[in-house]
Amino acid sequence: MIKALDAAGEGKANAYLKRLMWPLIVLAALLIVNIVVTGFGFIVPEVHDGRLGGAFVNILRRSAPLLLISLGMTLVIATKGIDLSVGAVYAIGAAVACQFLLDRDQSSMQNVAVAVALALAIAAVIGAWNGTMVAYFGVQPIVATLIFMIAGRGIAQLITGGQIPNVADSSPFVEIGRGAVATVPVPIIIGVAVFAALVLLTRTTALGMLLESVGGNPEASRLAGIRSKGITVLTYLIAGICAGLAGIMGAANLGSADANNGGLWIELDAILAVVIGGTALLGGRFFLLGTTIGVAIIGTLEVTIINVGLSSQWQFTDKAIVVFIVALLQSPEFRAWILKPFRSRGAGQAPTEPDSEKALAK
Amino acid sequence: MSDEPIVQMTGITKDFTGVRALDGVDFTLRPGEIHAIMGENGAGKSTLIKVLTGVHSPDAGRILLDGEPVRFHSPGHAQAGGVSTVYQEVNLTENLSVAENLFAGREPRLGPFINFRAMRRRAAALMSDIGVDLNVAAPLSSYSIATQQLVAIARAVDIESKVLILDEPTSSLDREEVAVLMRVMRRLADSGTALVFISHFLEQVYGICDRMTVLRNGRLVGEWATADLPENELIGHMLGREVEALAGIEQRTAEHEPAGAEPLLSATGLGRKGSIAPFDLEIHPGEVVGLAGLLGSGRTETARLIAGADRHDSGGLEFDGRRVTGHNPRTAAARGIGFCPENRKTEGLVGDLTVAENMILAMQASRGWARAVPPARRAELVAQFIAKLDIRPANPDLPVKNLSGGNQQKVLLARWLLIEPRLLILDEPTRGIDVGAKADIQRLVAELSDEGMSVLFISAELEEVTRLSDRIAVLRDRELIDVLHEESDMTTERIVDTIVTRGSAE
Repeated sequence: MIKALDAAGEGKANAYLKRLMWPLIVLAALLIVNIVVTGFGFIVPEVHDGRLGGAFVNILRRSAPLLLISLGMTLVIATKGIDLSVGAVYAIGAAVACQFLLDRDQSSMQNVAVAVALALAIAAVIGAWNGTMVAYFGVQPIVATLIFMIAGRGIAQLITGGQIPNVADSSPFVEIGRGAVATVPVPIIIGVAVFAALVLLTRTTALGMLLESVGGNPEASRLAGIRSKGITVLTYLIAGICAGLAGIMGAANLGSADANNGGLWIELDAILAVVIGGTALLGGRFFLLGTTIGVAIIGTLEVTIINVGLSSQWQFTDKAIVVFIVALLQSPEFRAWILKPFRSRGAGQAPTEPDSEKALAK
Repeated sequence: MSDEPIVQMTGITKDFTGVRALDGVDFTLRPGEIHAIMGENGAGKSTLIKVLTGVHSPDAGRILLDGEPVRFHSPGHAQAGGVSTVYQEVNLTENLSVAENLFAGREPRLGPFINFRAMRRRAAALMSDIGVDLNVAAPLSSYSIATQQLVAIARAVDIESKVLILDEPTSSLDREEVAVLMRVMRRLADSGTALVFISHFLEQVYGICDRMTVLRNGRLVGEWATADLPENELIGHMLGREVEALAGIEQRTAEHEPAGAEPLLSATGLGRKGSIAPFDLEIHPGEVVGLAGLLGSGRTETARLIAGADRHDSGGLEFDGRRVTGHNPRTAAARGIGFCPENRKTEGLVGDLTVAENMILAMQASRGWARAVPPARRAELVAQFIAKLDIRPANPDLPVKNLSGGNQQKVLLARWLLIEPRLLILDEPTRGIDVGAKADIQRLVAELSDEGMSVLFISAELEEVTRLSDRIAVLRDRELIDVLHEESDMTTERIVDTIVTRGSAE
């Protein structure tokens, strides 16, 4: 019996790898293109001024805010929801932290801690509000979060009084975006820590399974006695905190908070990263590791365009092309079609792919 | 009726990642006949149909339609070639009107515009043609599943198919509707259409079919004219050697007299407007109470109120001598009431989650998300119930949607058995599942009640209700009209009598 269970567990791991395979292949292809164009220096990290540097490390460092937001978005999408307000919450988080520090002693560790805590608390409240609208008042997620997507930047402007508050380069606050601990950039550390925390939170408790259940079949979950409302609020709350933290990180990196442009359109990149990572927008199964790979793809892509010598006007088109390719690769129908000429012996595999993969491709 | 076959399938083989679903199956269909494909779940009936209609492509074998070799790429392609299918689950769009559903994709036009007036007129004619009177402009969702099924059939009928496949069309229809359907089927056959009929109801198969093809474990057992194959032999062919499976439970007698005067659950004046009239019902420990009535009589509604799935707006419930307040699925589960709803897929299981996760769901829900069931205990419980209920394949990590209907039902049962409920509410647990799994579930109900668990049991098959129940509550027109408890009353005839006489008296 134990043997059988082990074998089954292996099967599960294989299915998981299979999901991650296509995003990983795309990421590898992008990295190879960059290595061919710019040499091995692209991927090999170097220590510079006591911190890790190099092109790829910089990509990861700059992708950290997107990673945080995408991880939160993954959980929300797993519940069949979506959070469009994260970009605005990013701006609010940045604005609150910087504005708090503006007239205070910026070199005080205590002030920085309070600024961060305050920003996170406000982000959490907005997340909880979104969740409450969705879970208790039955507002459709896209509508509920649209409210803060629109209003959020206005609120950020009200907080900063329409100015762009600056934080001095000497303040410990900027270390959140620029610093390094044991040569590793702080944003990367925070990204890894949040990823680990969310994996632990969802997979060592039953939260992950209950989320997938609520997203996969809300009515069945209700009849099984799951408190789906509380769980839904919790995911939006987590998404809010992640967005707030991302905003703090972005502001720290810049040394200022721009209520208009900070985190602009980041919600769309986040949704993209989640989908590339294999989580279906229909809800249900979610993949935090897949989302992380999706973020790395998006981050690498932007650098690739410059490295291969395309003008920056290519930025959006190029992103669209890669997303197109990933979506096609994840579609069983497309794979069956493209592999048809090469498939004389193992015929008939394609129709047996599980439906969820098809849903994902859509 | 000509003897030239319209469909001839030979040596059809189909593999699904290592599992051979069909192994060299032959199937012949002649114009003007109604042909049943019989077999347990997993015998390959659905796969055979899906190969014919182009959902799956066969790994080996040949399909001739009207003597010409064909291979359909999709159901739409098959439909264009004259092969239409009506599935068990209604494949229509609920928020469109009946008329729009009937003519979706082939709307009568007026220049570039849809001629809605003509569409409604033709839709009404079509529906009244098959003997159903309804408002074709109303959205499909305003009609019962049974009516929706008839709309799906009307659509297939109107497309003028040479071959019409009906996959479990009757599993949600009541007697009258089945009669309507059969009349339509016979008329179509007389006009030369070849019909394939798949159903678990043997009496329907014997009532309407000219011929049957029996499959078992993906292999062809044989083809017979209905008249040449008595029912017991058919069951023998379908089951192999397990013919006695059902016989063992046959003699359940009313040895479960209400144990003591204290009921486990008592409903007083419990009701919900527009759903079920206020009723009184008691369920004693260890007792099986059956709910009998036609489709739409309020069986499911009664069960849902007791389970807390719907809120009641009159009367009250007492459980274990205490008044129940704030009744909902979660508090019900906490009290020890488990509810397996009628519709496994939409209300019961989470298809993407694994067998193990689906099983553990109710137990986990009662613990809250922060306290996961320890992995070792979970594995142990899941393995125990997979073995106890004989769930196949015995792989806890398979997505539950990949299991057959009978096994899915067992997973749902296991979910509640895991929390050791005191009252288990089973709404149509045996619908659309094969004879073997049906026997398993019936045996289980008997066992559970022997161990002291109370069961509220709903089934459209009166025989099943009478066989299992200690008492039977009879419903009609959303009203509980009588509770039968004498052993001599526990017969199908008595229930039908009750429904008929009470109905005419009012």
